[in-house]
Amino acid sequence: MRGLPAIVAFASLVVLAVAVLLPIGLTALNGFKELGELQTHPFGLPRVWMWSNYRDILTSLRYWQVLGNSLLIAALTVFLTLAVSSMAAFTFAHLRFFGDRFLLSYIMLGLLFPVATAILPLFIKIRDLGLLDSYWGIVLPQVAFSLAMSILLLRVAFKQLPTELLDAAMMDGCGYFRYFFFITLPLSGPVLSTVAIISFVGSWNGYLLPLVVLNSESRYPWTLGLMAYQGQYTTSWQLVLAFITLTILPAILIFLLAQRYIVAGLTAGAVKA
Amino acid sequence: MAMDRVALASAPAGERVDASPETAFAKAPAAYVETRRRMSMNGWATLLIFLPPALLLFTIFVALPMVEAGWYSFFNWNGFGRPEKFIGLKNYVWLSGNPAFTRALINNGLIIVASLLVQLPLALGVALLIAGRMTGAVWFRMIFFLPYILADVAAGLIWRFMLDGQIGIPAIVTSLLGLQPFYLLGSTDWAFSAVLIVILWKYFGFHMMLYIAGLQGIDREMLEAAEMDGTQPYQRFWHITLPLLGPMIRLSIFFSVVGALQLFDIIVPLTGGGPFDTTHTMVSFLYYFGITRMRVGFGSAVGVVLFVICVTFAFGYRRLFMRDD
Repeated sequence: MRGLPAIVAFASLVVLAVAVLLPIGLTALNGFKELGELQTHPFGLPRVWMWSNYRDILTSLRYWQVLGNSLLIAALTVFLTLAVSSMAAFTFAHLRFFGDRFLLSYIMLGLLFPVATAILPLFIKIRDLGLLDSYWGIVLPQVAFSLAMSILLLRVAFKQLPTELLDAAMMDGCGYFRYFFFITLPLSGPVLSTVAIISFVGSWNGYLLPLVVLNSESRYPWTLGLMAYQGQYTTSWQLVLAFITLTILPAILIFLLAQRYIVAGLTAGAVKA
Repeated sequence: MAMDRVALASAPAGERVDASPETAFAKAPAAYVETRRRMSMNGWATLLIFLPPALLLFTIFVALPMVEAGWYSFFNWNGFGRPEKFIGLKNYVWLSGNPAFTRALINNGLIIVASLLVQLPLALGVALLIAGRMTGAVWFRMIFFLPYILADVAAGLIWRFMLDGQIGIPAIVTSLLGLQPFYLLGSTDWAFSAVLIVILWKYFGFHMMLYIAGLQGIDREMLEAAEMDGTQPYQRFWHITLPLLGPMIRLSIFFSVVGALQLFDIIVPLTGGGPFDTTHTMVSFLYYFGITRMRVGFGSAVGVVLFVICVTFAFGYRRLFMRDD
């Protein structure tokens, strides 16, 4: 494209980009205002910059606690997902046994199941297991629901490793265990990071499961913490906006730093499934 | 291992991929030639240690609850003790007569329609513009994808502020025109359009990214050859680009529909299903009418309806449209 059409195309993209960024920008900016100014002049730069809105949140235990909880839940989820699904994917990739295809299809059904259908029985189950109001009550179902996608991605990648490697290793007397830990895993960095990114983002942004499982505010991840904060300061939008800004900030920063990997990870997962 | 290689060599490369179990429910395995061989002790040990964790987790937290949802849906149960009050299909009868649920079903349909008619064409258009070597393409790509990484809850809350009658976009319009404040989120006629706006804002970048990935896979030489033959740009788009993007478009439609059917997180912060239960989706209905009131049987019935719709769609769609992908 050259000439006028190119300019029109570029201009419309700029308009669209501004429209996309506007809500985030206004949220961050209005977090600096006083309530009175927010109500009379919701648009434009703050006349008085209320740094204290942000400072008070940044120095509050609550903010760091919700982020810490989210990080812990997400880290546990990622670690367990990687461990459990890479082992299962390895057996499905290399071992032939009675019922192997049936079991794989069984787990792959997880790709179709909507989480919400299971949520009430899941609540009962988590309660009966004594996991209500605990991190594990969130982590274990999260891992279970991400297994189908993770095993699918990992199994394909494991199978694509040259079979000569496995043959040579077996010839040299290397068992499956050592092959798995010293050859398969080290050679599968990219797909492991894809799985890690997908399960991290899913867990970090998760809402329904923690909402159902947790009672204590001290264990809330940031998504629940944000809603609780909003419920408490309903009338003080400027504080809510500052809180939103600060809670989405980690995700935005990481996205800006590792954009390539995150985009590739999230779309690759979707495409390959 | 030697036997394994025999099996490998005896099947053509393409067939091995076809016969892999994860596509088994999409296609009948055509010719899966498999030489069963004895597994070594080492293999059995590996199997017995590596597989059970995944099977157990999946069974306990995914498969069983799905089955239990079906079972509980025949009971009137508040979640305490065991389900004892068997009421047959009454939960489903109540559900079919519930206007809020009917509205939720319609809303899910509206999201699908809006996604297919607005979101996907927009995503495709933007992808076509950006996939070329345009100035700032990398930046546009990043900006449009950005909302996708935010949690739905945060997106919903951000837009609750943006659409607020006093401090949001409606406030500028009404104050410019000297009208009374307009509370979009409190209007039974307009509140649901807010949900559609947020979905469009948050998800079109994801679909754009799928299309960009698809466009990058298209052989440029084919387009150049067509250009040399004197074709018009719209002809090249219609006869070359679009058909080659087919698999990606079908995939993106699939994700739109499945995502639309399961939408929940955005509803809670944005409208909470209100005003007067006009903005529920199936899952938010399940949450507000089943979970918060601990009506396990009734909520499970909602879950089963959702399940049937999702699974029917997924199977039907794959069978009809994604056969060759």
